[in-house]
Amino acid sequence: MNLYELTIHEAHDLLRRKEISAVDLTRSVLDRIREIDFRVGAYITVTEETALSQAAAADHAVGEGRIGPLTGIPLAVKDLICTRGLRTTCASKILENFVPPYDAGVIEALKAEGAVIVGKVNMDEFAMGSSTENSAMGITRNPWDLSRTPGGSSGGSAAAVAADMCLGALGSDTGGSIRQPASHCGVVGLKPTYGRVSRYGLVAFASSLDQIGPLTKDVTDCALVLSAISGHDRRDSTSVPRPVPDYIEALRPDIAGIRIGLPREYHSAEGLSPEVSSIIRGAVEILEGMGAQCVEISLPHTPHAVAVYYLIAPSEASSNLARYDGVKYGFRDRDRGDLLEMYRGTRSRGFGPEVQRRIILGTYALSAGYYDAYYGKASQVRTLIVADFRKAFETCDVILSPVAPTPAFPIGEKMDDPLTMYLSDIFTLSANLAGIPGMSVPCGFSAEGLPIGLQLMGNHFDEETLLRVGYAFEQATEVHLRKPVLP
Amino acid sequence: MKITKEEVLHVANLARLDMDDDAVEKFSEQIGTILSYMDSLNQVETEGVPPTSHAISLNNAFREDEEKDSLERGAALANAPEQEDGCFVVPRIVG
Repeated sequence: MNLYELTIHEAHDLLRRKEISAVDLTRSVLDRIREIDFRVGAYITVTEETALSQAAAADHAVGEGRIGPLTGIPLAVKDLICTRGLRTTCASKILENFVPPYDAGVIEALKAEGAVIVGKVNMDEFAMGSSTENSAMGITRNPWDLSRTPGGSSGGSAAAVAADMCLGALGSDTGGSIRQPASHCGVVGLKPTYGRVSRYGLVAFASSLDQIGPLTKDVTDCALVLSAISGHDRRDSTSVPRPVPDYIEALRPDIAGIRIGLPREYHSAEGLSPEVSSIIRGAVEILEGMGAQCVEISLPHTPHAVAVYYLIAPSEASSNLARYDGVKYGFRDRDRGDLLEMYRGTRSRGFGPEVQRRIILGTYALSAGYYDAYYGKASQVRTLIVADFRKAFETCDVILSPVAPTPAFPIGEKMDDPLTMYLSDIFTLSANLAGIPGMSVPCGFSAEGLPIGLQLMGNHFDEETLLRVGYAFEQATEVHLRKPVLP
Repeated sequence: MKITKEEVLHVANLARLDMDDDAVEKFSEQIGTILSYMDSLNQVETEGVPPTSHAISLNNAFREDEEKDSLERGAALANAPEQEDGCFVVPRIVG
């Protein structure tokens, strides 16, 4: 077996027993990137030199008996999480040469554990998209079928994990950007509860919805990375001061009596492919066979989630992205003499089409005369969506649904039709609007051999139940063991 | 059309974006389609429903007002497209 194929917990066991070194492990991953990434395009920046020195430091620590679950583990980081001294582009021309002067809270946490950062991975520009096609740094391809997208916006993170170009990765999820690419690439992805993980140093897209989370090869690794990055951070005032439970403790393949809610509206949603639907039903039967109890629930405002999300997220984005003015950092259009002209030139040439579309949409929804009809109305319906979930969790412990209505779609298919692209996010958006955790776990393959994930959503701060059910499912099947074969 | 070309230009101006005729044409059509879809929200009765801005209700995150080190000036300026004498340089504003 090649070292790059290891999961985090397998590599940790070998490191702890000193059967392998972190330097060998990191070299193996770097070689793998060199060998195949020109086909996949997951990485924007590979940090060979610093990764090897971090690995050497990890080996030194292990030699002194200091080893944590992530010590010496090569990880990839989505390119919108600030890394000190390491270019962080957000896959945008406007931040092409931005080198952050500080580390994000989650990066500090990974470094404190002795993890190795092998590079920064591709995404839709400013995390706006569901296919990683909206990147100024080039597209990423799905390792399972190179003619298809990996999903998005954390498509680089998901593709890198699926193709063994890292042992695990960090992504961010504003409306499904961890879960949907995880589903399309056959890996595990978890969006934590809003406030569970610090957003300090995460470049803001929609501040009331953004969360950082792990993408990994299995559920155990997901629990390990989640443990490392969770917790309160005073520098993010929406971070919640609440103790972090032992997520590894939650990994028990015992789900007898757990009540799994099946939302009527999701399973009959328009656009849901019959193939995805039947694979999800099969997964439900497996869980029932293990003693879980299924209950039908209703989330009546589900049909409005897309409209609510695509008003709130662009509104917040239009405000957050006002900071890119060509003055403090990033690209500046030097051809314009006047200040106002310089702003306009910088922003028009620096932002790609999808980002501009959302800025326009958000600015419109917030503008005088339209605020109440659009942003105000959406914020009220958001309250009803939150209430739907509160009610649902009175009768179930976890909600199960598809992640995406179809398997990964072909590159280019939806690029000229933004609304159709937005509608494909129907199953994932609500968790962000309600602030609840959601996880994608591989649960099967389409007839064409494309991976399909199932989504588990839990109550606020109940990541443990998601991990427990996800782990039980994983133990009962072998779906997560299948790997893409790259041509 | 849900949003006119003039409105797209007006909003683009508010957002400090330039837009040529082709872009105005494309954006007014696409955003028009998106806004028509958003109209479905009008079917939802929201009389008396308070808005949600954050799903996790939080109290204000107070902290002591203590003096602390901040980002060093050189580091803060390091990414500036143009700097001089420890300041950001912008195009001339007053004549």
